[in-house]
Amino acid sequence: MQIGVPRETRARETRVAATPKTVEQLVALGYDVAVERGAGELASFSDEAYAVAGARVVTADEAWGSPIVHQVNAPSDEAIARLRPGTVLISLMAPAISPDLVEKLRAAGVTAMAMDAVPRISRAQSLDVLSSMANIAGYRAVIEAAHEFGSFFTGQVTAAGKVPPAKVLVAGAGVAGLAAIGTARSLGAIVRATDARAEVAEQVESMGADFLAVQIPEVDAAAASSDGYAKEMGEEYNRRAAELYAAQAPDVDIIVTTALIPGRPAPRLITGAMVATMKPGSVIVDMAAANGGNVEGAVADELVVTDNGVTIIGYTDLAARLPTQASQLYGTNLVNLMKLVTPGKDGQLVLDFDDVVQRNMTVARDGELLWPPPAIQVSAAPVAQTAAGKRLAKEPEPPRDPRRRYAGMAIGAVVFAVVAAVSPPSFLGHFTVFALAVVIGYYVIGNVHHALHTPLMSVTNAISGIIIVGALLQLGSAGSIGGTKGVVIMVLGFVAALLASINIFGGFTVTRRMLTMFRKG
Amino acid sequence: MDTALIQAAYIVAALLFIMSLAGLSKHETAREGNVLGMVGMGIALVATLWLSLRGAACSAWLLIAFAMVVGAAIGIARARKVEMTGMPELIAMLHSFVGAAAVLVGINTFVATSDAVGVEGEAVHLVEIFLGVFIGAVTFTGSIVAFLKLSARISSKPLMLPARHWLNLAALVVSAGLLGWFVAADSIVPLLVMTAIALAFGWHLVASIGGGDMPVVVSMLNSYSGWAAAAAGFMLGNDLLIVTGALVGSSGAYLSYIMCKAMNRSFVSVIAGGFGSDGTVSDSDVDYGDHRETNAAEVADLLKNASTVVITPGYGMAVAQAQYPVADLTSKLRERGVDVRFGIHPVAGRLPGHMNVLLAEAKVPYDIVLEMDEVNDDFPATDVVLVIGANDTVNPAAAEDPTSPIAGMPVLEVWNAKDVIVFKRSMNAGYAGVQNPLFFRDNSAMLFGDAKERVEDIIKAL
Repeated sequence: MQIGVPRETRARETRVAATPKTVEQLVALGYDVAVERGAGELASFSDEAYAVAGARVVTADEAWGSPIVHQVNAPSDEAIARLRPGTVLISLMAPAISPDLVEKLRAAGVTAMAMDAVPRISRAQSLDVLSSMANIAGYRAVIEAAHEFGSFFTGQVTAAGKVPPAKVLVAGAGVAGLAAIGTARSLGAIVRATDARAEVAEQVESMGADFLAVQIPEVDAAAASSDGYAKEMGEEYNRRAAELYAAQAPDVDIIVTTALIPGRPAPRLITGAMVATMKPGSVIVDMAAANGGNVEGAVADELVVTDNGVTIIGYTDLAARLPTQASQLYGTNLVNLMKLVTPGKDGQLVLDFDDVVQRNMTVARDGELLWPPPAIQVSAAPVAQTAAGKRLAKEPEPPRDPRRRYAGMAIGAVVFAVVAAVSPPSFLGHFTVFALAVVIGYYVIGNVHHALHTPLMSVTNAISGIIIVGALLQLGSAGSIGGTKGVVIMVLGFVAALLASINIFGGFTVTRRMLTMFRKG
Repeated sequence: MDTALIQAAYIVAALLFIMSLAGLSKHETAREGNVLGMVGMGIALVATLWLSLRGAACSAWLLIAFAMVVGAAIGIARARKVEMTGMPELIAMLHSFVGAAAVLVGINTFVATSDAVGVEGEAVHLVEIFLGVFIGAVTFTGSIVAFLKLSARISSKPLMLPARHWLNLAALVVSAGLLGWFVAADSIVPLLVMTAIALAFGWHLVASIGGGDMPVVVSMLNSYSGWAAAAAGFMLGNDLLIVTGALVGSSGAYLSYIMCKAMNRSFVSVIAGGFGSDGTVSDSDVDYGDHRETNAAEVADLLKNASTVVITPGYGMAVAQAQYPVADLTSKLRERGVDVRFGIHPVAGRLPGHMNVLLAEAKVPYDIVLEMDEVNDDFPATDVVLVIGANDTVNPAAAEDPTSPIAGMPVLEVWNAKDVIVFKRSMNAGYAGVQNPLFFRDNSAMLFGDAKERVEDIIKAL
């Protein structure tokens, strides 16, 4: 089947859904790839490079007319009109907040798969565009801030005086937040981070930042992240968080906010009053500006300077500002999706709705609306995990009641006492020897090296030939008994002695033979 | 005076036996341990002969000498000739001799003492004889079946009689009844009837266990042969026999325990019939994807560029007689500076420690032959793993799939290495009848064919 990669039509979009590298991988999966002329221009991929990688460079109409269309952004109305019914369209769609678009796609009869509706389960991580784009955006947010910030990030001692390191506060430690932390750390800043989910503290600290916990007593951790995203928090939490931000605002130089809940207006974290307390020259990057912003005064796609000299950056195209890298990661996400839906590696796309990943992503097919998908639980929540773990792990056996063991021991002791009471004293003497020998045997054997277990067996074979002692004694006494009985004893004793001798001599000889083979290197 | 001397000799012999087993705990002292065992046996024999032959007729001298010389000749000849791959058969055979000797000595004891009516503790004495003969008989036929299965003279498939568990139970119950009769009547008839039942019971017990479970069975029979000797010690009132029997018995029991733990199965489930008997689970309908095939030249390239290699052999290596080329490959790679080691699963082979003996025979130094626990943590840092003739012992399903029939069995975690090469005849499942997802991993490749030839091809390509 042919995959069409038309040029992106949205304003300021620099990314492209396929790079020469991913084209090669798609061709290896058996697909024909048709890239619109100039599609990769803004991301620094030339038409020639696509052609070398095995793609055909075609007109816009031909690219849109392919049975499978790869795009970065959701299609415009004109683009939807160009799609033929039955086409498989794969792009970002934000289905949760754009019901109109979903409806239009349904009406157009296309199979629409939203790259931003990949469930957050570990198996689907390789096609999770939100993660790969958030990673880039988090990096870029710090770079943008550094660009606007009037000082070094790293502390230095120079001949001209000491430079203190910049202090960066990252609000929200998701993928973007962690990328921002990492970037700011590697530029040398002191980084602090907050998040509603207390369990990310470890990740934050592993990136080298300090985790500022919002102190509230009753955090409902299980409800907080059963789908892998942070949820809106209660009022008490918000009040405490506001106190934390108010305390940090005058101290830090850079704030990066990443708090974004899919399909909801962004929560207001930084109020105008907090911004007013910040030092002049401070920079705020609001990564949630597209959904209303975490920061009061942020404007989507704009750079605003407040009266007290604080710069608020509200760019919504942070990922697109790294077009080459972003296209490569997005393209790779698409390749991983195509691997999933091309089980035969023969260029035939096959959708399997038993697979939650594919079901979740598909918002419309053959005029049928498939959004929203049935809910799936993700294992990130500790509560869900224990429940699932129990079901899977075959119920670990409950530890045995020690009382039962003691009772068993007591019964054994009583039985032994009864037997001992009726047996002759000589038996007890022998039994003492026996019991002690078993214990010694157990400990001695426990020390034997695994590699020597075969020689151990042959040597025990040899020494268990000691039963010859019995046969020899009987043979010796047989003569004095006489008669048929004597003959019987003699014959049986003879056979027994013969067999036991085989054991003794054979066992020791073969052990010796084996042991001489073992040599050190 | 004499009796005291003989007792002293027996005590010394018992101590020497214990030291002999203790010596086997390390490679360095193992040979000395074997010698100590021989010395102990020598002392015990001299003391017994002296006790037995005081005032005995000349005919007794001759008989004993004849029995021991013939026995020694047979034993030494067999021990010299046996192939190391044939060790399990030899060991099983030797177990059966102990069992047979225990039966004969037991019956003899009864015949010799049956006139001595009214001796104190008569009942206890009869019980000792009865138990000794019973254990001996089970060991005897059980070991013979194990021997026949191991030497492929009979099919190694488990024998499935209808209601087999009930048959076993019935044999035990009837034997218990016969014990009551025997003690009450003091007659040889119940003893002989029981012997017949015990012989059949031992036969059936081992016949219903599959070939791959033989390591456990052989250790178990080792244990039984010890208990048989101990029982003989009780009936003869001989402490040396008791001590030795107890040592051997606990040794075999310990080995069986290790084997069962290494297969994550209970002793009872192994004895009651192995995998492939209670409805084999073969999840062949699960799609694991495709396996990748490779050839000797590619493997040789991989090995040349590797810095650490681990070889995990299984019984398949012994079947293909591939241990010699494998040892050759090992020394060639070590000359090139490649760090080659072996990882041995406890149940690899047909005997506990069998693989170690086979590799030692092929002149692989023992200090690069490691146990599973010693090598498992090193796999992530290993470049290439060669899996030769092993299957279930390297199955990731045991660690990762809780629904797998072998779930929870400790395995060699070879899949953590960078590259895994699996030597195999075909894509058939292993002994447990479980498909192995290892073959379908991205970092594994299959090298099909006879392991010996393939390893020789690799040596050529090097």
